[in-house]
Amino acid sequence: MATQCTTGTVTGVESGTGAAPRLEARGVTVGYGERAVIDALDVTVPQGVVTTIIGPNGCGKSTLLRTLSRLLKPVSGSVVLDGEDIGRLKTREVAKKLGLLPQSPVAPEGLTVADLVARGRHPHQGWLRQWSSDDASVVEGALEMTGVADLADRSVDTLSGGQRQRVWISMTLAQGTDLLLLDEPTTYLDLAHAIDVLDLVDDLHESGRTVVMVLHDLNLAARYSDNLIVMKAGSVLAQGHPGEVITAELLEEAFGLRAKVIDDPVGDRPLIVPIGRTHAPGVDARTGNPST
Amino acid sequence: MNETVVKRTVAPGVRLGRVSFVWRPWILLVTLVLTAAALLLFCLSISVGDFPIGLPRVVATLFGRGEQVDEFVVMDLRLPRAAAGLVVGVALGISGAITQSVARNPLASPDILGITGGASAVSVFLVTVSGGAAAAISSVGLSVAALAGGLGTGLLVYFLAWRRGVDGFRLILIGISVSAVAEAITTWLLATADIKDVARAQAWLVGSLDNRSWNEVGPALWGTLVLMAAVACVAFQFKPLHFGDDVAAGLGVRYSRVRAVLLLCAVLLAAMAVSAAGPVPFVAMVAPQVAMRLTRSPTPPMPASAAVGALLLIGADLVARTALPLTLPVGVVTAVIGGPFLIFLLVRANRR
Repeated sequence: MATQCTTGTVTGVESGTGAAPRLEARGVTVGYGERAVIDALDVTVPQGVVTTIIGPNGCGKSTLLRTLSRLLKPVSGSVVLDGEDIGRLKTREVAKKLGLLPQSPVAPEGLTVADLVARGRHPHQGWLRQWSSDDASVVEGALEMTGVADLADRSVDTLSGGQRQRVWISMTLAQGTDLLLLDEPTTYLDLAHAIDVLDLVDDLHESGRTVVMVLHDLNLAARYSDNLIVMKAGSVLAQGHPGEVITAELLEEAFGLRAKVIDDPVGDRPLIVPIGRTHAPGVDARTGNPST
Repeated sequence: MNETVVKRTVAPGVRLGRVSFVWRPWILLVTLVLTAAALLLFCLSISVGDFPIGLPRVVATLFGRGEQVDEFVVMDLRLPRAAAGLVVGVALGISGAITQSVARNPLASPDILGITGGASAVSVFLVTVSGGAAAAISSVGLSVAALAGGLGTGLLVYFLAWRRGVDGFRLILIGISVSAVAEAITTWLLATADIKDVARAQAWLVGSLDNRSWNEVGPALWGTLVLMAAVACVAFQFKPLHFGDDVAAGLGVRYSRVRAVLLLCAVLLAAMAVSAAGPVPFVAMVAPQVAMRLTRSPTPPMPASAAVGALLLIGADLVARTALPLTLPVGVVTAVIGGPFLIFLLVRANRR
C-alpha cells in the first residue's frame, strides 16, 4: 500500500486536492493504426471527486477514458492505478478496483434487471463460488442506491432510457469498486433524465467514490464535477475546478464557441451562455463585437 | 418486513461447502426433464426394431444384467446408432449455443458459419476423386476427412472475420460466403464424378445414423466428452460476454481468449458431429433457440441446448425409422420437425 511513486511528470494542475491521485495517465500515446488519437498526454484523477472529461467531438475524450480503464493499450506511456502500472496488473484485479460503464451497452433481450446487476459481481466470483450471501447483499445495496430495486424483476429492454442507464450504473456499482469510469452516461437521455442520472453520480460522490466521466453538455459538466479535463485534438488544454477552467477564452480555444460565462443562479458554478450567430442582442451577429 | 421485500429482488443462492450458485429452479427442472426425455428416447431407440426388445430389458442389458440373446442386438447392433444420435445431438446443441452466443445472433449456427459445408466438401472430394480408385477408404477415413474439413473451414472463417476482435455480423457474412464456396465445390465434384460415387456421397450428404459402428461413434463420443469438459471450464468466464466486449473487459474477463477457446470448441464439436453422422441440418440452429424458450433464459443455455439437441436427433431418427412408410435419413426429418417447432415457439411468443 505504501508505494512511493515519484512522479516524473509534474504538471501544473490545480486539482484542488493534495492527496495522491487515484488514476494517472503518464505520457500516454494512443492510436488506431498509424493515427495517434492521443499524443503524449498527462492527466491525473484525484481521489474522492468527480472528474469530467470535456472537449469537442473527436478530440479523444472517450479514447482517454477507454485508456484509463485499460480497454485500450497505449502505444507508449502508462496508466497508473493506485501507484501500479495498470498494464502489469491482472485484468481481474483491475476489475476489483475500477468499475467501468462503456458507451451505450446492450443487454440480451429478456434479461431481468436483477440478473444484469448481479453480473457485476463477476470479478469476485469463481467457477466454484458463483453466488454467495455477500454477492446478494451488495447487489441489493446497488439496486437500492440507484433506485431500481422496484424494477428488479422487469426485463431490461422494457425500461425507459433513463431507467436503463440507472440499471447499468447499478451493475457497475455491484462490482464494489470505489472508482467508477462512466463513458457518456447521459447520451440519448432528455434533460430531465440526464439530471436524474447526474444526481445519482452526485450520490456516488457523496458516498465517497471517485468518478470519472465523459460528458457532452458543458453546463452539466460544470455543475456536476469538481475537476474538469478539457481536451482538444488529443491533448489536454486545461485541467482544474470548473470555476477556474471555464472561461470565454477557453471555450473559444477548445470548441471555437463564442459564449458568455456568467454565474449560475442555482449553484456556485459558472454557467455557459452560448452566443449563436443571430441570437445575441447588442452583439453583431457576424463579428461578435458590440454593435454600433 | 423490509427483509422479505429485499429478499425477493435478488435470486436466492445455494451453498454446498465451497460451491455456491444461483438457485434457478425452473431452468434446473426443465433441463432435468429434457435430459430424462432424451435418455428415454435413447432407450426407446434401442428397443424398437425388427426384433423388438422391451424397455426394461434394454435398460438391464445396458447395465450388463441382460440376457445373452439381447446382448448382441442391443450392444452391437443398436447401441452404436442410438449413441451416435445422442452424441451428435449433444455436440450440435452445444456447438450452436456457443456460436449463437458469441455472435449474439440466432442465425450463427455451425451450418451458417461454414463448418458443415467445409466438412461436406472435403468428404465428397474424398469419395468422388480418390474413392473410385481407392475403394479401401473406410468410413473412419471419411470421418477424419470430415473432421479436418470442418476444422479447416471453421478456422478460415474465424481468421477472415478477425479485425481487431470478432464482430458477430462479420462472422456470419464471412461464414455464409465460405459456405457458398464450399457448396459450389461440392456440387462441382458431384457433377463431374462417377455416378456410383455420387450415390454414396449423396447418402452421406443428407446426414444419417444408418449403419453406424463403434469405429465411428467411439472417437466422436470421447471427443465430445473432452470438449464438453473444456466448455464447462470456460463457461463461467463466458457469462459477461453476452453484454459485449467492453462490459466484459470492465468485469475483468480476457474476452478474446475466452471467445477463441469457446469458438474452437464449437468448431470441433460441430466437425465431430459431421464426422459421425454427416451434415445433419438444423439441429444446431434450432436446439439452442428451443432450449432458450423452454427455460425462459435470455441467452442460449448450454446444458438444456445439449439435451434438446439429443432429443431432436434421436426423436427424428425414431420417426424416420418407424412412423413413416419408407425409411428416411434422419437429416430429412430434423428439418421437418425442427423448423415448424421453432416457428410455433416464435409465433406463441409474439401472441403473448
